[in-house]
Amino acid sequence: MLEKFRDTQFYKSIFRGGGVPKSRRQRMMVVLNSVFLHLHPVRLPKHAVKLKFTWCMGGLTFFLFLIETISGILLMFYYRPTIEYAYTDIIDLAEQVPFGIMREIHRWGAHAMVITVWLHMFRVFMTGSYKPPREFNWAVGVILLLLTLLLSFTGYLLPWDQLAIWAITVGSNMARATPFFGYEGPGASLLAIGDINFITMASDARFALIGGRFMGEAALLRFYVLHCIGLPFIIMIFMAIHFWRIRKDGGISTPV
Amino acid sequence: MTETKTKKSVTKPASQRPPAALGKAKTADEITRRSFFSWLSIGWVAFIAATGSFFTMMLRFFFPNVLFEPVQTFRAGYPEDYTIGEVDLRWKDKYGVWLVRNEEGIYALSTVCTHLGCTPNWLGLEQKFKCPCHGSGFYKTGINFEGPAPRPLERYKITLADDGQIIVDKTMVYQKEKNQWNNSEAFLKV
Repeated sequence: MLEKFRDTQFYKSIFRGGGVPKSRRQRMMVVLNSVFLHLHPVRLPKHAVKLKFTWCMGGLTFFLFLIETISGILLMFYYRPTIEYAYTDIIDLAEQVPFGIMREIHRWGAHAMVITVWLHMFRVFMTGSYKPPREFNWAVGVILLLLTLLLSFTGYLLPWDQLAIWAITVGSNMARATPFFGYEGPGASLLAIGDINFITMASDARFALIGGRFMGEAALLRFYVLHCIGLPFIIMIFMAIHFWRIRKDGGISTPV
Repeated sequence: MTETKTKKSVTKPASQRPPAALGKAKTADEITRRSFFSWLSIGWVAFIAATGSFFTMMLRFFFPNVLFEPVQTFRAGYPEDYTIGEVDLRWKDKYGVWLVRNEEGIYALSTVCTHLGCTPNWLGLEQKFKCPCHGSGFYKTGINFEGPAPRPLERYKITLADDGQIIVDKTMVYQKEKNQWNNSEAFLKV
């Protein structure tokens, strides 16, 4: 029955190559011909699926990313990033909207994702999987770690409660000390002509980040756009590279 | 192959021959190797210039010309409205300023903690500003004495308008550690 279905034009037009894979080569081509599967290695060594070796932390991180994406999109249907509504919309999501747990899923998923990213990094380090030819993929992984932390940071502000506002105030104040481009940073006074400073409170790195001199509506909107579109877009590009490089670098590293 | 080579070197010595003209008669609308590369480089330069200017636009785009923030200069009533020896909290929420009056006059303290930018609370009983984030403490003058804050609170420019009202200008900042509190505009003598 299934085999018959696989021989139809309908099936073959969707799954390139089509038909029932009859040889090893054809089985391999099934993976290589799918846009989703081709990121994944065509063959896995036995040890690669052992929980003891991988802890499945990379896979869990990706799973949590998918949960964050889906629950995040759902939250976007109710949340409005304005000073007037942001906080009450979060309350509304928790108390009135069906399945108020959705926001908690997103929040705890985010915490868990940061933890699994660290553990994945720890595992890769302890198994020596960062060594050549995988050194580039380690670098990509560090970028992914950074993007994960930035996603956490930008998401932190969105509930617009006291904790959020002051945490982001404190966090974004670090940008003041950016070398050259932060108005309290080293070298900022060098970027000046005579008495006119180019790097001031209204033109430095922190200003670009929060869209104003103080934490306000502009900061909320900027963080919202970064959190929902900007950073996910960038992280997905790096994730694709990360997964694809695992295959290209010879799959998961082998225990010594 | 060798045959053609010898044939050409007879017509012209190799050193004088442009490579693009090898074995071909030039016509007016023909693309030579040389013109191809010059157009190619013009194309690349144009492409890089367009991309570069777009990225510049993108960067500038993040710096709006108009900010929808509270105004930086405000009128704060008359000096008589403020009691000697008290920290006045009425402008704290709206403008982020404490007006403090002592025997000699009035000064405008910034409510931004010099540690990491939270807003301290004025504790009247203990006569100090205490930051809830990391516990920095400041005297009524704004000078730090406990907690992680590395320097005193900043003061703003404070002057009198023609009608006798106090004007606080937050764009002018005076820092104690730079000896700017001695500036006449950092303190309003009453």
